[in-house]
Amino acid sequence: MTPQSCVTIQKEWDIVGARQLGRDIAKKMGFGTVDQARIATAISELARNIYLYTENGQICFEVVENMNRKGLVILSTDNGPGIDDIGRVMEDGYSTSGGLGAGLPGVKRLMDEFDVQSEVGVGTKIKAIKWAR
Amino acid sequence: MSQDFKKIVIENSDSIVQMWMSEINSLKQDNYTANISDELFESTNREFVNVIFTSIKNQGSVKVVEDFSEKIINLGWPLSYITDGLQVFRRVSVDYILGQSVKVDSAHISDVMKSVDVWVEPLIRQLVNEYSGSWEHIVSLQRVALQELSAPLIPVMDRITVMPLIGTIDTERAKLIMENLLEGVIKHNSEVVLIDITGVPVVDTMVAHHIIQAAEAVRLIGSTCILVGIRPEIAQTIVNLGIDLGKFPTKSSLRKGFTRALEITNRKVIDLEDNEESIEKMIESLRGE
Ligand SMILES: Nc1ncnc2c1ncn2[C@@H]1O[C@H](COP(=O)(O)OP(=O)(O)OP(=O)(O)O)[C@@H](O)[C@H]1O
Ligand SMILES: [Mg+2]
Repeated sequence: MTPQSCVTIQKEWDIVGARQLGRDIAKKMGFGTVDQARIATAISELARNIYLYTENGQICFEVVENMNRKGLVILSTDNGPGIDDIGRVMEDGYSTSGGLGAGLPGVKRLMDEFDVQSEVGVGTKIKAIKWAR
Repeated sequence: MSQDFKKIVIENSDSIVQMWMSEINSLKQDNYTANISDELFESTNREFVNVIFTSIKNQGSVKVVEDFSEKIINLGWPLSYITDGLQVFRRVSVDYILGQSVKVDSAHISDVMKSVDVWVEPLIRQLVNEYSGSWEHIVSLQRVALQELSAPLIPVMDRITVMPLIGTIDTERAKLIMENLLEGVIKHNSEVVLIDITGVPVVDTMVAHHIIQAAEAVRLIGSTCILVGIRPEIAQTIVNLGIDLGKFPTKSSLRKGFTRALEITNRKVIDLEDNEESIEKMIESLRGE
């Protein structure tokens, strides 16, 4: 496992910074154009949720290697309001901000592994992994 | 007291300028200005020291200070050139006055330093403000220029308009896209608008949402919006996100989109050569009769 590299998300343009860092790492790991686009989009969704729903948070990247495969881990962490009903936010079309409500379910489909942990009033931790072929 | 010190400095400006110039020149080697030609450096320094003296003589001569800081910005020199120059001037003046003094004790030194600070500090403040103010002005101009570039609308031909989008789309830009699109459609009387996203690096839900809304709004005012330039990887991520673009027309390339736009407006591109050939055939067939 490599040490994490993180981007703090506070302003809208921080989303672009996170996306660029993630894409660079994905490119270096040898992901193809389509997977790079998927990874960049997933980062964009997670970072934008931090920007929209919390004061600030972080997007971190980690490269994991196990059993002869390599993966890129995206970790989204915030100390925001938390998510009360995780099942609900994972439904397509559920949005509290008038958005498409496609962000979180979309990230799940864009990535290979996806996990949300959240506590109301404490914050949210989302971990998503894309495995390189 | 302070006036006396000032008089010393002004009356001996030649020696002070000389001391100042040699110190500034020694700064040049190990510094930012290393790759500037000697002549330019020399002449700018002369101007700088003149500005310093002019503004010490008649306090608050804003114009020369303004002009000078603008010149430094246009030359692309750093702010530290200005601050270093004024620090050196402070030091040189204090040294000079002390060198001229008969009795040098700590009270006197402190007097000299204080009074020199009184003339130099407002000048530092003024120059730094001018310098950063000019920068802010440049940044705001560039912002306007960027805004103008951010959602351009090109009326390529009668009733057909293209909006090529290049670069990241943030919320501000997304709003501009919508505004320009609607305004332009009405102004140019377009029946079809092609939004080209070939140059947009990431299409996430926010971008997709804004594009869908813009297309819907265009439809409401009676025109058709076609989304073109959808790269294969973008098509896949849009599908993964579960976004339904089925409701409005999309084409992979601007070229295909344009052909479709011609169809919608009841026109088509005719190859001139083919045309001539068919005319020739027609003429020939007429002859044969
Ligand atoms: N980090 C977070 N902290 C608190 N609530 C969140 C967080 N991320 C998402 N949510 C909640 O989950 C809902 C669904 O998120 P999701 O990203 O799927 O859709 P959205 O952001 O509303 O719209 P979009 O399709 O533009 O992403 C949000 O509307 C918000 O209420
Ligand atoms: Mg979202």
